[in-house]
Amino acid sequence: MRILIKDGRVIDPGRLDDTADILIEDGKIIEIRPDIPVTSASRLIAASGKIVSPGLIDMHVHFREPGEEYKETIESGCRAAAHGGFTAVCTMPNTQPVNDNRQVTEYILKTASRCNGSRVYPVAAISPGLKGEGLCEYAELKEAGAIALSDDGNPVRNSLLMRRALEYAGGVGLPLISHSEETDLSAGAMNEGETATRLGIPGIPNAAESIAVMREIALCELTGVPVHIAHVSTAQSVHAIRDAKKRGIPVTAETAPHYFTLTDKAVDEYNTHAKMNPPLRSEADRNAVREGLADGTIDAIATDHAPHSVLEKEVEFDRAANGVVGLETSLALSLALVREKVLSLSQMIEKMSVNPARILGLETGLKIGGSADITIIDPEHNWTVKAEEFQSRSRNTPFEGWEMKGKAVLTMVEGIIVCSIL
Amino acid sequence: MQFTRKDILDTASLSAEEIIMILDTAEGMKGISQRAVKKVPTLRGQTVVLFFYEPSTRTRTSFDIAAKRLSADSISISASASSLVKGESLIDTARNLEAMNADIIVMRHSSSGAPHLLASRLKASVINAGDGTHAHPSQALLDMMTVRQKKGSFEGLRIAIIGDISHSRVARSNIAGFGKMGAHVTVAGPPTMIPKGIESLGCRVSHHMDGAIEDADVIMMLRIQKERQKGFLFPTEREYASVYGLNRKRLKKAKKDALILHPGPINRGVEISPDVADSPRSLILDQVNNGVAVRMALLYLVTGGGQNADTD
Repeated sequence: MRILIKDGRVIDPGRLDDTADILIEDGKIIEIRPDIPVTSASRLIAASGKIVSPGLIDMHVHFREPGEEYKETIESGCRAAAHGGFTAVCTMPNTQPVNDNRQVTEYILKTASRCNGSRVYPVAAISPGLKGEGLCEYAELKEAGAIALSDDGNPVRNSLLMRRALEYAGGVGLPLISHSEETDLSAGAMNEGETATRLGIPGIPNAAESIAVMREIALCELTGVPVHIAHVSTAQSVHAIRDAKKRGIPVTAETAPHYFTLTDKAVDEYNTHAKMNPPLRSEADRNAVREGLADGTIDAIATDHAPHSVLEKEVEFDRAANGVVGLETSLALSLALVREKVLSLSQMIEKMSVNPARILGLETGLKIGGSADITIIDPEHNWTVKAEEFQSRSRNTPFEGWEMKGKAVLTMVEGIIVCSIL
Repeated sequence: MQFTRKDILDTASLSAEEIIMILDTAEGMKGISQRAVKKVPTLRGQTVVLFFYEPSTRTRTSFDIAAKRLSADSISISASASSLVKGESLIDTARNLEAMNADIIVMRHSSSGAPHLLASRLKASVINAGDGTHAHPSQALLDMMTVRQKKGSFEGLRIAIIGDISHSRVARSNIAGFGKMGAHVTVAGPPTMIPKGIESLGCRVSHHMDGAIEDADVIMMLRIQKERQKGFLFPTEREYASVYGLNRKRLKKAKKDALILHPGPINRGVEISPDVADSPRSLILDQVNNGVAVRMALLYLVTGGGQNADTD
């Protein structure tokens, strides 16, 4: 079957930004040009007024399978991703059991292959059990299908282990993603500052993150192996990464929509849906993160989608689990950055598709002969966040009731429409 | 004026008028405790649950006595006796108490914000008897009552609060309460014990005890908890006592009529020397005495008692 996407604004960052048609056959793009005749396809998708983008990639999500399927399954997660416009996601390894071996990686891939949603690329653990005491079998994990390595959720405390992980992973050819946190400093429940002081909640200082980011940069420089910094939330981290890039050190970074949208004021009245790690920071940090996105210091937008049920969230604030869901609100919040002139549309697509693909070594872009992984975006679509309507199994969003502008209206993976509201 | 508040969660959310109403009501309650028969039927038929998820002797006893003097039925639940240790969530436990028609839940909890969580979900009134390091409104109100008895009003008074401000719910509630009434609050302690942004609550910060107390009308000493040494907040009790302890020598630098308060329990010889604690300027036992009256007032007002205040 041939599919024709007609009259959309086709954006492939750095290569193409024009009104054009895309013809797809057998899961591949076979033609991109204006005025492809309608008669050449059996299915027509009218995309006039819409943006046709390479499929969005969220390089940092938590699906809770295996182990905590009541929060999210691979199937519900893939559906949530497709609804959010993502054609691919990278799942972090802190499942139960941990994805630190071939069997778990293969289980995730096998389960995902039966789902009608986004692609799933499993991230495997740096250390067995995320315990920071040794190296997992990276060569075998790569062969099983792991896309990258991370102990996300836990920092690798031992600097020698982190050094060896970088060196060894560099040899195997798996990118390494760092959850940067100095845990001696981070024994709190929200950002250290006025709001924490007023609410009587123990604070987490910015330095708990930036100390660890600076260590990773030092190890990156030492080993020459690229390191990717997950969920950047502080001004000091942005400065450190900017300086490192200027010096030619191969560090990359991501941030999440909540860090460029909210501040720690969202925690007011003990809102556990505004509790995550790293925590929401100050206005100055939020602005620094936005500047980091604008000038290219921060390469990628990733959600850190972390589903939790009411069991973990409708409790005392200091006992509540860290994390918010993000897959179904990420694109609209990123489009707000475009309207606020922080990013161009092309830059936004870079950070949500091209750059994550580059960091992970994946195929991307809209190329003749390439896989038809495509997201069609309606930037004018107005909608209201209603968590009860999420495809995700969990409802822990700080954006409930927000008026949003912009939505993915069609998500296509390898030529198959996995979600459409057109 | 009517008192329409369902819950008492902190002093920051109370208006100056509400604080005055609570203190005036408490003064009226004091007489009851001085009678031969220390009991009135005001809250007969009301059920007060004392839900203490953190150990407390003084505050729980004070609320218990307050409830009984008003003829309410009071029941105490402690953490070890409650089903919380069996893994029941806080909300479920509280819903069960409500299903038994509890009218007021007086709650002490180690988590900041726990009373807010309950108050937003229950029809019963919730009175915060201390939550984490957030708030302890009945303590601040009894402190304010004690000060007002000696000084007449709050306008322009200088209040010095000395000690571990970071971990003190008493300090936070007093900063908000005294500040709202027109007093000037200064907090003092080692920098390790002064939380970031405390000025935004409406106080000044000093790291020098002498500077903080020299023009103070009220000196409030906070209890130093030995276990805080684990967080490297101070080196030894010995050094703390010499730099931030209130003793006779240091007290000479304060005004002659400066009042001394302490929320208790006191560490004699650490934050306060025994002779100062027992001196006539120390109002520690007045505070305890006023505590019962303030808690009677709070129980009375949240049950809607204040709505008939004019006709009583």
